Amino acid sequence: MTTTETRTGRYVGAPVKRKEDRALLTGRGRYLDDLTLPGQVFMAVVRSPYGHAKINGIDVVAARAAEGVVAVFTGAELAEDWLGSLPCAWPVTEDIKMPPHFPLATDKARYQGDGVAVVVAESRALAKDAAELVEVDYEPLDATVGLAASLDDGAPLVHDELGTNECYVWKLATDDVEAAIEVADVVVTRRYYQPPLIPNAIEPRGVLAQIGPTSEVTLWSSTQVPHILRFALQLVLGIPESKIRVIAPDVGGGFGSKLDVYAEEALAIALARRLDRPVKWIEERSENSVATIHGRDFDTELTLAATRDGTITAVKADVTAAMGAYLQLVTPGVPLLGAWIYAGPYDIRNYSVTFTGVFTNTTPTDAYRGAGRPEATYVLERTMDALAVELGMDRLELRRQNFISEFPSTIASGLTIDSGDYHASLDELVKRLDLDSLLSEQRRRREAGAVKQLGVGFSTYNEMCGLAPSRILGAIRYAVGGWDSATVRFQPLGSVQVVSGTSPHGQGHETAWSQIVADSLGVDFDEVEVLHGDTAVSQLGMDTYGSRSLPVGGIALVHAAEKVIAKAREIVAHQLEVAGEDLEFDAGTFSVKGSADHSMTIKEASFAAHTAHNLPDGMEPGLEATATYDPPNFSWPGGAHAAVVEVDTETGDTRLIRYVAVDDVGSVVNPQIVDGQVHGGITQGIAAALYEEGIYDEDGNLVTSTMVSYGIPSAADLPSYELARTESPSPTNPLGVKGVGETGTIASAPAVINAVVDALSHLGVTDVQMPATPERVWRTIQEARQ
Amino acid sequence: MRHVALTVNHSEHRLELEPRELLVYVLRERLGLTGTNVGCDTTSCGACTVLIDGESVKSCTVLGVQADGAEITTIEGLAGENGELHPMQAAFHEHHALQCGYCTPGMVMAAVGLVESGRAGSEDEIREGLEGNLCRCTGYHNIVRAVAAVAGRV
Repeated sequence: MTTTETRTGRYVGAPVKRKEDRALLTGRGRYLDDLTLPGQVFMAVVRSPYGHAKINGIDVVAARAAEGVVAVFTGAELAEDWLGSLPCAWPVTEDIKMPPHFPLATDKARYQGDGVAVVVAESRALAKDAAELVEVDYEPLDATVGLAASLDDGAPLVHDELGTNECYVWKLATDDVEAAIEVADVVVTRRYYQPPLIPNAIEPRGVLAQIGPTSEVTLWSSTQVPHILRFALQLVLGIPESKIRVIAPDVGGGFGSKLDVYAEEALAIALARRLDRPVKWIEERSENSVATIHGRDFDTELTLAATRDGTITAVKADVTAAMGAYLQLVTPGVPLLGAWIYAGPYDIRNYSVTFTGVFTNTTPTDAYRGAGRPEATYVLERTMDALAVELGMDRLELRRQNFISEFPSTIASGLTIDSGDYHASLDELVKRLDLDSLLSEQRRRREAGAVKQLGVGFSTYNEMCGLAPSRILGAIRYAVGGWDSATVRFQPLGSVQVVSGTSPHGQGHETAWSQIVADSLGVDFDEVEVLHGDTAVSQLGMDTYGSRSLPVGGIALVHAAEKVIAKAREIVAHQLEVAGEDLEFDAGTFSVKGSADHSMTIKEASFAAHTAHNLPDGMEPGLEATATYDPPNFSWPGGAHAAVVEVDTETGDTRLIRYVAVDDVGSVVNPQIVDGQVHGGITQGIAAALYEEGIYDEDGNLVTSTMVSYGIPSAADLPSYELARTESPSPTNPLGVKGVGETGTIASAPAVINAVVDALSHLGVTDVQMPATPERVWRTIQEARQ
Repeated sequence: MRHVALTVNHSEHRLELEPRELLVYVLRERLGLTGTNVGCDTTSCGACTVLIDGESVKSCTVLGVQADGAEITTIEGLAGENGELHPMQAAFHEHHALQCGYCTPGMVMAAVGLVESGRAGSEDEIREGLEGNLCRCTGYHNIVRAVAAVAGRV
């Protein structure tokens, strides 16, 4: 079914304007650096300029004597402050190597940006000035950079005590993959490298730590995960969680880069405790480039086996994934987040993926928008095009012939796709694209030998999000649960407070949660106040990542509202002296069936619940409920994307001229917000395809550590997008929702590279390394011509 | 220290500034106008864009002392006295042109400067005109819609 909007209530399904906007548009946002506490001091971190270096000694005498300096500490001097290492919550195998990772390095620096000392001073500028005076005696070491080289015998070891740079090997396979490949008519094997990406949220990270009068800790952090951070801080610092309050104020973008537990969060608390003053740290942009996690850095060999008539019989992926120098919160698990979708939306019965995690002298990698799923989808969709060429088949026909078409569908990798209609998305895409006209224009330009050639690229995809069923997470060794929570609370006079366990940073939870609750309770949108991002207010929560807020936290919210209605029903039934089942609830009012003037509003029930003058025997006063929800399955968005590019064959310059996306994210609560998520997601995938790449030299120096050298696209680089939706509601939750934060990023990079290759295929080009920069495209054309 | 007089959002301020203080920190830390955000410190991202004598400028590129005698408008000074949003703020709200909001003050100020200078006549012009302001959330699609809506009304 193709629709653009499904209305299921007064607010749900409507493009309700965001209630977050007014503050943010008038300069009243409260981001981390907008917060100031009396007596606060500033922290600056002294970082290694080397990718790999032994620390022979640190001289802090000059820094300690500098103007305004309160304290200077080396890693060795703070060693006693740490109960444990910065945690990695995803030991993906039993024998995974998990080297210690303390907030400051003591023996050697393992990546450029590794912290070795901290300076605390009365102002930001004085802290930075003094940090320059810290003299570190480094002995530079050969660095391990590059995935294949890191596994070579004799490669420099990132962690000497491990004796290897191999972190783990993880496999998932059905029984007969090799046999299926052996007997296949056609086998295509391709290798693709997906370089590091630097998330570059426009707000860099920041922290502010304060110790209260009874040693309780308040940490403000620009984080996506205040709840996870709270328990991680107990593990690092030995302070009981009950004494830690984490507050995420307005957070200026995350994309996974703030889904982590960082050294500076622990350092700020340790220093605030030692100095008895609030400690603030704000990351600089070039510091962000090295000290905040990177995404991707995957080298993948993908094999597809098929019959001559185009039935794909096996998929096999061998992936080498960079961990970087240390394991951050979910570093080893990022490949696994894609492990079940290397067959994508296609019914491929023989299935094998192998991930080898390796340590390199680079910034740690971790979840960046899509996390594991863009990496899987990229290699699959690139190889699908290659297989179509090999078979002499139309690339869309190959996809259609192999689409999963019955749902729910248990796939070879073992999970069950909840719902979908991949044919519908692709049909809608082709219609909107006007593909025939594009292909005839492409032919015309080819025949004319035009300088600017036209390419059309496709990507049909699915993904698993809505992280996640806790039992499955446990089975794959992820250390925390995947449930979430919400509280719905009527105040005595009828306004409504919602407490969210998920923690937004731009997604619009306040608006969407208000829509859902206002419809459920029959109150006005503006009567609902949504609280989030403070562990003292929201005790239960697992935070925001993996497109989970709506399909997990949103369902907890629905359940909490249902509990509130159920209690109100009991109150009304008691007061009207009828049975609860004789009451109808609609638009905020309970009426006795068949006697509509015999009624009571839910707000009147709230007042009654708070006066407690006349409640059923044994009922507790008040009207609020908390629900936690553990999803029974992942949710499975899917869809079809197309990119149209113009490639200048003389300069190699690629211009994206159209981008058309048809996504199926289940039911939609706010179509305007959903479109916004898709726009942003698509852009980050386009950026990976055409512009962005973290580049290290052989010594481990990040040569793309500024916004000048790392090519974040601007408005001038991009077209407007053409979006449509098909809607296959998820049958696993009452809202029918699936999550939308990552779909665009998952689908767009392969669509764009497929388009670039399509533009140049008549010249003999079969692949272009991403990002397809002008130089790279030009060189590829020259090589193909030789 | 240098003596500097500047007008910000119609209020006059007389300040003693260190020569190295960037205008953005003068606004944020001396005047408490934290609506103007810092994204890069290096003139790349545009989050700190303000209007100086009516022209949009990245305030991390200007020293406080250079702004002596200037008239500055920040995001806090854009809405009307009764709290009515400036047409550009209203258009950003209407078109969902912001998500996390961090680039938004700078983006709005750049857009106001662009429209007022008469260089927002087409989508291409708007996209070129906003080239110096990075947004990581919206993909610019709705920002361009919002600016075009305002430009079409002016």
